[in-house]
Amino acid sequence: MTEILRLENVSKAFGGIRAVNDVSFTLSEGEIVGLIGPNGAGKTTLVNLITGVHKLTGGKVIFAGQDVSRQKPFQAARRGLARTFQIVQPFPAMTVLENVAAGSLFGGGHAAMGAALDAARQELDFVGLGPVADTPAALLSLPNRKRLELAKSLAMKPKVLLLDEVNAGLNAAEIDGALDLIRKIAARGITIVIIEHLMKVVLSVSQRILVLHHGELIAQGDPTAVVNDPRVIEAYLGAKFAARFGTAASTSQGATSHV
Amino acid sequence: MPTLSRPLRYAALAGWFALLAVTPFIADNYTVRVAITVAMYSALALSWNFIGGFAGYPSFSTAAFFGLGCYVGALSQRHGVPLVLAWLLATLFVTAFAAALGTIILRLKGHYFAIGSIAIVEVVRLVISSWGSLTGGGDGLNVPLLSGGPDRVASTVLYVMLGIMLLAFIATLLVDRSRLGFGLRCINQNEDAADMVGIDTTRYKILGYALSALFCGTVGAVYASWVGYIDPTDSFSILLTVKVPVMVLLGGAGTVFGPIVGAGLFVLLEEFFWANFLEWNRAILGGIIVFLIFFLPSGILKLDYRRLFRRKSPADRVEAA
Repeated sequence: MTEILRLENVSKAFGGIRAVNDVSFTLSEGEIVGLIGPNGAGKTTLVNLITGVHKLTGGKVIFAGQDVSRQKPFQAARRGLARTFQIVQPFPAMTVLENVAAGSLFGGGHAAMGAALDAARQELDFVGLGPVADTPAALLSLPNRKRLELAKSLAMKPKVLLLDEVNAGLNAAEIDGALDLIRKIAARGITIVIIEHLMKVVLSVSQRILVLHHGELIAQGDPTAVVNDPRVIEAYLGAKFAARFGTAASTSQGATSHV
Repeated sequence: MPTLSRPLRYAALAGWFALLAVTPFIADNYTVRVAITVAMYSALALSWNFIGGFAGYPSFSTAAFFGLGCYVGALSQRHGVPLVLAWLLATLFVTAFAAALGTIILRLKGHYFAIGSIAIVEVVRLVISSWGSLTGGGDGLNVPLLSGGPDRVASTVLYVMLGIMLLAFIATLLVDRSRLGFGLRCINQNEDAADMVGIDTTRYKILGYALSALFCGTVGAVYASWVGYIDPTDSFSILLTVKVPVMVLLGGAGTVFGPIVGAGLFVLLEEFFWANFLEWNRAILGGIIVFLIFFLPSGILKLDYRRLFRRKSPADRVEAA
């Protein structure tokens, strides 16, 4: 598979705090990768570094063979690096259709308003928001707002889609719906990074898992192997629990690569 | 809820425009002066709408642009630049000034931007009044008078101001339907999200800010030619910088017709109160502003007059269901 995104020793310090420390990994085209880690591990900071919201303190971000370490967010969007926000960010007074059209007009490269609206309608049908296209975005329910975020990102014709906690605040049935949608998006050939702290959600769709803890990438690899890794368990549950689970974990440890 | 259909609004606007244009033929000089003031404030309000209405950046720098327009127009005329060219020069200078300033001041948001934009008015005023050798300082400047008698001057100024108002309106229509207008609206709603969908927010804001200055520069230069004498206090009036946003809010910020409705209504109300309640006119206007902000926050154009008469409209029932 061809490489689409590569991080080389990416670091970010806020004053004395190293929020992201020396993180390197590679994403291939069409992959679904889960990025997990406890609260405060630096997951959202990492997304912000990839999309140009924060400036890197060190390291490089290579997107489609091009060094994009110094890009601005709007440039990331136009290149095909789209993201959704942990806290949904609609244009509240605009209709659902206009929200998505903003994505297709500015990020998706449609020059004309008409074409942008057509593209937006297609994405709305894809995520199942077709019937509420003319509703103001502020009136949508939370699950539908999350879908709107997805439609808006998809309208930007992304190559890589970073989903920052798209499932947060959803109930079990809604999460299942969202996961189906994520699989449908992956089927379109878009590389997806799912950022979550709910392990269960990530494990069910991801082909590969990256684990972030205190800003460092502590493990990556096959989902089942990663969750049984004692270092991952320690990060989530503390050293005491990791010791208790230690015997179970040691059996599958071979499949995980420590970094 | 729109209260009038779009074609009707255009017709109403054309009627209003025609009414202002015929005042020199049917009314006295005082009425023509009011018509000029209406056209002038309509152009200023339409200008402010680009940054304050579309982009939602509460700019208070109108007086800076207007005053600079006055001075650039007056000074270039005093140095031998022909009238119309001096007006164009003022327009260009003020637009360039706003674009350059925008790269700095548009890093500020919300209240900070508002305060920063007010500070610009003061700074420019102080520079103009201290730079006596060039601007005449506090003594002000005499501007070459327009040719013809008072009637002739008034009608010339009226048609020029109406022309600027029309151009500002056409610019508003174009922006409203373009990527720029859509992008500015996105910035207004959620700037971070606008950035994330691929809008070059910095460039768009600078464009909006420069557009909001462009016609102010022209209006200032024409105003200077009309009154024949300018000084720093008159040209950089804080009252002007506050009045213009209030007019737009009165009519409906971010709409195409709102600034014209607001400016017209405000000027007429102001004239009415000046004439009838000399002592109390500012207090009454202040009261009206407070009332508007509390009860009509999105402007007259957003008011659905049918709801005033009928509590349960069909739309309400749909929402309730």
